[in-house]
Amino acid sequence: MYEKDGEKYFVVDGHVHYWDASPENTANKYGEGFIKCFYDYHKNLSPEEYIWPFEKYRKYSAEEMMHDLFEVGYVDVAIFQSTYLSDFYHNGFNTAERNSILKERHPDKFIVNGSFEPRLGEAGLENFERQAREQGWQGVKLYTAEWHEDSKGWKLDDYWSLKHLEKCAELGIKNIHVHKGPTIWPLNRDSFDVADVDRVASMYPELNFIVEHVGLPRLEDFCWIGTQEPNVYGGLAVAMPFIYAKPRYFAQVLGELLYWLGEDRLLFASDYALWHPKWIVEMFVDFEYPGDAEFDDYAEVTPDIKRKILGLNAARLYDIEVPEELQLITADQGTGFDVEEKPATER
Amino acid sequence: MIEREKVLDALSGVRDPELDEPITDLRFVAGVEISGDEVEVRLRLPTYFCAPNFAYLMAADAKAAALSVPGVREARVRLEDHFTSEEINAGIARNSDFEETFTGLADGELDELRELFRRKAFVARGERLFRELMREGHSPEDLAALRVGDLPESETAQKYLERRAELGLDVSPESPLVVDPEGNRVPEEAVVAHLRFARMTRVSIEGNASLCRGLLRTRYGLAGKEEALL
Repeated sequence: MYEKDGEKYFVVDGHVHYWDASPENTANKYGEGFIKCFYDYHKNLSPEEYIWPFEKYRKYSAEEMMHDLFEVGYVDVAIFQSTYLSDFYHNGFNTAERNSILKERHPDKFIVNGSFEPRLGEAGLENFERQAREQGWQGVKLYTAEWHEDSKGWKLDDYWSLKHLEKCAELGIKNIHVHKGPTIWPLNRDSFDVADVDRVASMYPELNFIVEHVGLPRLEDFCWIGTQEPNVYGGLAVAMPFIYAKPRYFAQVLGELLYWLGEDRLLFASDYALWHPKWIVEMFVDFEYPGDAEFDDYAEVTPDIKRKILGLNAARLYDIEVPEELQLITADQGTGFDVEEKPATER
Repeated sequence: MIEREKVLDALSGVRDPELDEPITDLRFVAGVEISGDEVEVRLRLPTYFCAPNFAYLMAADAKAAALSVPGVREARVRLEDHFTSEEINAGIARNSDFEETFTGLADGELDELRELFRRKAFVARGERLFRELMREGHSPEDLAALRVGDLPESETAQKYLERRAELGLDVSPESPLVVDPEGNRVPEEAVVAHLRFARMTRVSIEGNASLCRGLLRTRYGLAGKEEALL
């Protein structure tokens, strides 16, 4: 919970990791390149006092994570988006198994999302169902750029992916987090293409598709899909930290997202340990548009809109209980949630 | 003797297809070595995992640009620190097309991809120009009535027309100013919606370019203040 100027904010961090990219766990040059790339993002967009040494960044302790998120970072509940990268790291990057260690110790603080690997076919599907039932997953994180044997990526509307999504619907796993790109099959197409999200979102209106980092670097394609599909949401991981290093750009992205998707379909995320939630929450609560003409036609971002983005939208998707005093202040004045439900259609 | 300046000038004609800016401005050219009538161009990118298709296009274009400088007999391009450096460098050296360079990973060449991003860049360039005109007092309705010949001279206008011509669209003075990505006139009642969408495309491209600049600086510890924070 964060409080400022008499306003209180319930905070759900929609995308966190407990990763292990230590040299011992790194399998090859791709794993090495991956964590270095992450580190450049971290260094480039964080305020200086929040930049970690590379060694710590590769592998941090559970205690550090608990401290950063819950003791100083204002987070009430955090959602693990498990990312396997099994071809890059011996024991995976941050698997559901690893993330569950923290969940077991702090059951009220974490939600662990699972994942599926469509290229494992039928056997993978059976395994997925078993795990999902055991763990009671409410959501999955899908990384379509994951390598697997000779394959360098997959699409959400591939045959076995559809089978898994059907299974999600059947099991009530309604939150499908999609991390796009850079997919490299087929290599000649745009590797951040989000068109497959559009197709599966229409096929499964009962599922919510949360596109991570709001489709960046294809914000325009993502927003367009968002206007077509009411069950498409934007996860703000990666977009949030621009608020410090590139504030005008952040303001434009937020303005565009609010215009095209609206305030009910955006979810705050720090992407910890890419970035620390503390400074992002503080700056976001202080946020207002720059004063010049470029921003004239964006509507003000009120405390209620901030409350929705910081936590209430995610709380709704994940049935997280929110204390009464942290609910929308103006909820009973006709400015509450307004997500249009799309009628179920034939597949 | 081949002048370094000439080679750099030729390289400034190569654009990042996604960011619509010269690779020289983006600081993707890490070095140019000249020895006799041979030129070697070293390229670097903001991340290890930048999309290989754009990387290949820039490498191939850089080679062609270097070869276009009078007196250059041989040009080599070396892409550094990328997860497909080996494949791209070997492919460019052999003058292989994209499918040959990435056997089994591609199902076509890159013309469609390049075309798609040229259209996005064109839309964004248009938005910049129209915004400038509106700041000077034109309403969206005015814009719908304007023709290319009515454009005041400016760098923004010139860039816009270059991109438009590159797509093979009409740039004659009597052609309508506001057109969609396929070159069809945008009617008066659709201008506002067109601008709204174009703005998002422009924000997206500018933001990506700004992020790429920042990541490159961080990755290579480059000095110099970042250009005006977007």
